Amino acid sequence: MHREDFPMLNQDIIYLDNGATSLKPKSVIAKQVDYYENYSANAHRGDYDISYKVDLEYENTRDLVRDFIGAKRKEEIVFTSGTTDSLNLIVNGFFANLLEAGDEILITKMEHASNVMPWFRIAGETGAVIKYIPLDDNYFVTLENVKASITPKTKVISLAEITNVVGDIRPIKEITKYAHEKDIFVVVDGAQSVPHKKINVTDSDIDFLAFSAHKMLGPTGVGVMYAKYELMQNIEPVNLGGGMNESFDSPEKMVLKEVPTRLEAGTPNIAGVIGLGEAIKYLNKIGMENIEKYEKNLRNYFIEKLVSIPHIDILNLESDSGIVAFNVDGIFAEDVAYYLNKYNICVRAGNHCAKLTKDILGVTNSIRVSLYFYNTESEIDNLIELLKDKDKIMKEMI
Amino acid sequence: MDKEIGREIILEHFQHPLNKEEIHDDRYIKINSRNPNCIDNLDIAILIEDSTIKDIKFMGEACAISTSSTSIMIKNLIGKSVKEAINYINNFYHMVNEEEYDEKVLNEALCFQDIYKQNNRKSCALLPYRGILKVLEEYESK
Ligand SMILES: Cc1ncc(COP(=O)(O)O)c(C=O)c1O
Repeated sequence: MHREDFPMLNQDIIYLDNGATSLKPKSVIAKQVDYYENYSANAHRGDYDISYKVDLEYENTRDLVRDFIGAKRKEEIVFTSGTTDSLNLIVNGFFANLLEAGDEILITKMEHASNVMPWFRIAGETGAVIKYIPLDDNYFVTLENVKASITPKTKVISLAEITNVVGDIRPIKEITKYAHEKDIFVVVDGAQSVPHKKINVTDSDIDFLAFSAHKMLGPTGVGVMYAKYELMQNIEPVNLGGGMNESFDSPEKMVLKEVPTRLEAGTPNIAGVIGLGEAIKYLNKIGMENIEKYEKNLRNYFIEKLVSIPHIDILNLESDSGIVAFNVDGIFAEDVAYYLNKYNICVRAGNHCAKLTKDILGVTNSIRVSLYFYNTESEIDNLIELLKDKDKIMKEMI
Repeated sequence: MDKEIGREIILEHFQHPLNKEEIHDDRYIKINSRNPNCIDNLDIAILIEDSTIKDIKFMGEACAISTSSTSIMIKNLIGKSVKEAINYINNFYHMVNEEEYDEKVLNEALCFQDIYKQNNRKSCALLPYRGILKVLEEYESK
């Protein structure tokens, strides 16, 4: 749907790497150009008209984000440089002060590096321990397995709502409900879910959420950290500097601004934030439910054809999202990607930044197709046609 | 080298790589070669005695280009003196980087003659060479 809105699609490419980043519609690009061409002043310091407009637009995005994820207050929204930055802020700004030796951090082996490494480091620094929730036969997280993994020492559960390799949709709301009964915090990596499905942080009651603009039609270098207002107050800024202070007279006397500004030191990515606002408007116009439905249908269409190819091994047959991971029997994933690239098909090959998955999947590498609403059945047909013929792959991959 | 023949050599070495086996022998020098841009990850073990390469084995996961390049490299290096080996490797580098090189030295490895046209695969072809060159140069300077 809506292919005409995406300038990249004027090229002769089939873009199936939306898990890595999405394409950008004209309106999002134009919105940023408009900032640079017509009111390119700094934010939060406006003593003149165009600077005031910057503040309005910047804060308007905060409202749009609040509404988009169902947060209660705009002060719960902090702009960062992306999911990675958000997760690091959550870990280093909040959990670093909370975790003690012996406390347990629950994650899974399917998490993205950005939801693993910050925890690894904080575990090393505080003496907290990383525990992995076991996955079921489909590599899914079940509430039962979460329950079984919780101990009196569990302090936090940090999960992707949708993982970037297996693409399963985790039962976040149920997990959170149970976790809160045990006074455990829940951190959600929304990098792969927020762009593709309706999310409501108030309804699911999660404590922290991280996501990136660039995977949801927005610009690169912008992300969001959501935290419940009460928790937001206890996040120590990782960065100190301009924009976030009231005054600073001496090391003992530094007065910081209120949240969320306190957590946004320095000149932010103004064009990017404003661009994210436009991306949200665009997504709202289509409707997240429609996007979810469309992608699910397209996935089913793809899977149905893919299972009938004997030399293809699908790693995540049972998942619900637009992520399909597979291998061609006897051929290295990257060689398949090179082969498809010859036909201008963009897919990802590799371990997808989730290096712990090899313990579970038994394969280090796979080919990943990740769909978005602008992909079509005819694109899938093209891909299937190329994958059907193993001899052709062998012949043309080098 | 004829393109079609070159392609067949690459495929043959990818599907049936030579000297792909685990080595547990302390006399071998071990090298890990990784490609930061992709997922290739090779462990190479080399046995040098009296300034001669007596044996090389490799293990690991890598794409068709890296795997076949490794297999061909090993086949070409075994039996060479360290000096000859360095010369061979330098010629291979020159070929991949579109500089002057001696075709005679490279024999089968000429199947990668055109690899420079695919920028993103150059590092695959060079993958096994990087670590081994360092080991050989260190041996020479000792
Ligand atoms: C599940 C998941 N978490 C985190 C990230 C990191 O996002 P970013 O690179 O935008 O910070 C990604 C992106 O690939 C992801 O898929």
